[in-house]
Amino acid sequence: MATSKTLGESLRQHGVSRRGFLKFCAATASMMALPPTMAPAIAKALEQARRPSVIWLSFQECTGCTESLTRSFSPTVENLIFDVISLDYHHTLQAAAGDAAEHAREQAMTLNAGEYLVVVDGSLPGPRANPGYSTIAGISNYEMLMETIEGAAAVVAVGTCAAFGGLPKANPNPTGAVSVQDLVKHKPVINVSGCPPVPMVITGVLAQFLTFGTLPELDEHGRPRAFFGQSIHDRCYRRPFYDKGRFAETFDDEGAKAGWCLYRLGCKGPMTYNACATMKWNGGTSWPIEAGYPCLGCSEPDFWDAGRFYKSLSVPTGAPGDLLVTAGAVGAAVGVGAGLMSRQQSKHAVERHDTVTADQLEETL
Amino acid sequence: MTSMDFLLFAKGPMFSIAVAIFALGILVRLFEILALGRAHNYAAARGNEIIPGLKTVYRRFNPDPGTFKRSTFDVVVGTLWHVGFVIVLLLFIPHIELIESTLGLGWPGLPNPIVDALTAITLLGLVAVLIHRFKHPVKRFLSTREDYLIWLVTFLPVLTGYLAYHRLINPYPLALGLHILAAEIFLIVLPFTKLTHIFTAFLARYYNGAIFGRKGIQS
Ligand code: HEM
Ligand code: SF4
Ligand code: SF4
Repeated sequence: MATSKTLGESLRQHGVSRRGFLKFCAATASMMALPPTMAPAIAKALEQARRPSVIWLSFQECTGCTESLTRSFSPTVENLIFDVISLDYHHTLQAAAGDAAEHAREQAMTLNAGEYLVVVDGSLPGPRANPGYSTIAGISNYEMLMETIEGAAAVVAVGTCAAFGGLPKANPNPTGAVSVQDLVKHKPVINVSGCPPVPMVITGVLAQFLTFGTLPELDEHGRPRAFFGQSIHDRCYRRPFYDKGRFAETFDDEGAKAGWCLYRLGCKGPMTYNACATMKWNGGTSWPIEAGYPCLGCSEPDFWDAGRFYKSLSVPTGAPGDLLVTAGAVGAAVGVGAGLMSRQQSKHAVERHDTVTADQLEETL
Repeated sequence: MTSMDFLLFAKGPMFSIAVAIFALGILVRLFEILALGRAHNYAAARGNEIIPGLKTVYRRFNPDPGTFKRSTFDVVVGTLWHVGFVIVLLLFIPHIELIESTLGLGWPGLPNPIVDALTAITLLGLVAVLIHRFKHPVKRFLSTREDYLIWLVTFLPVLTGYLAYHRLINPYPLALGLHILAAEIFLIVLPFTKLTHIFTAFLARYYNGAIFGRKGIQS
């Protein structure tokens, strides 16, 4: 349950040093593109923030997003900030089950009406889909989402499934899955996409909400610009190789060993906006491209259907091969037909000694 | 429609539509010409047709001295941007990846900086020929709407490619989507305009060389 304890108090109780806390605040400031002089202000605001109540709903998801968050290099300050958030309801993490769990959710909603944050991971079957594809305690995902967001201050869609539909929505979308923003129109929705999202980004967005009580500036896909403002390609350390045109062509050729650009191996970095290249993964250890693996574009809408993972970005997503052959065959046949017809016509014209004037010729041009 | 929806449309269904129209159109055109054949020549042949035909296909790449003197600008700038255009189209790595995935045929490409420089030259060349067309009274008189249309249709893929490569349009999916769409318009328009010369020029040269070859004269 939400208590009146401030974040600062909770953090100290958890043994977080002031220094570690300030370091986190400095990192948050830089992530939000604020000058470092803002760090103390962030620290102050965070320390005094009341533990906000968070209701976390997990729908059609794989738990990867929760894993990303809770297994992020512990114990980090981000982790602890998250621990001290009053997570009143989380299917995976809470001990309670069944009615007791649902009761906790309802209680959090009444106690913190108008103030709580709803975090959603996973897509959900849309209002016209069969609700049976995903239910919790006999309640359809759709019903639970709509009911829970009523008193929410904002909704944070964590992960690409919640933000854009993700894997469940991939072609042919058998369960009629939709994203949170497809359904929630009258509350602010913040999309923290990624499959999974970088843990620092999840905590960073929550930290910003706590610090300023404001919602972050969002891009066209509803993602916070502070974290999704730059493309992977623009911040990629392999970019000099792209610019020189040095590409790895297989995963173990000389180019791959020399760390050349992964464009030809299917890297979607040029069209992908995420913080991996700057914040990295596993506590800043490395990130996919540094590990020699092309970016899959996991933080973008429809990334499962946006082109094969190991095909270059420039490769079309359809299969025009068959169509091309058919169109070509039809074209050739029509062409031969038209040519033979004209040939007949000119033969008759010759037989009839038809004449043609310069003006008539001009008309055919 | 988000920029990603747009890119996926351009890369997906629109690309298939464009290549289908292109393949259909260009093959109608070429097979029509081939099936039409040429008037029968009853005179006894004085020479071979095929070798002089092929020779002429090549020889016409070199302008004759008279043309060069009279239209130095057209020959120099025209050659420059045509060569740039073809090299960028066929030897840029992302394009090779596209061709390989569609036709199953691939070849080595050029390093990006070289392609980039050629792109800049091509763009400047295309702008220069347009200005020249405006300024030159005879060219201007002879120009039809179609001429301006095909200039635009040719210019846009190069321009949008350059903008995408240098990431001058944001977000990038919009930039790439525009580039691919411009290329698709080029493909769709090609069979139905003067752009067919990309294919028919070689056929015309061959016929020309073959006709003269048969007569035993150099074309
Ligand atoms: C549908 C077919 C096409 C696709 C999918 C395609 C794709 C691409 C891609 C992915 C890039 C790289 C952009 C980047 O690195 O950010 C590019 C660049 C470029 N493309 Fe295309 N392209 C197509 C057709 C064409 C055509 C017909 C032309 C005309 C010559 C063309 C000219 C260019 C140019 C000039 C560049 C920039 C090269 C540079 O500045 O280095 N493209 N294209
Ligand atoms: S590896 Fe990917 S993101 Fe990095 S430079 Fe190459 S294409 Fe861009
Ligand atoms: S590198 Fe690309 S695919 Fe990998 S996590 Fe980052 S955004 Fe997702």
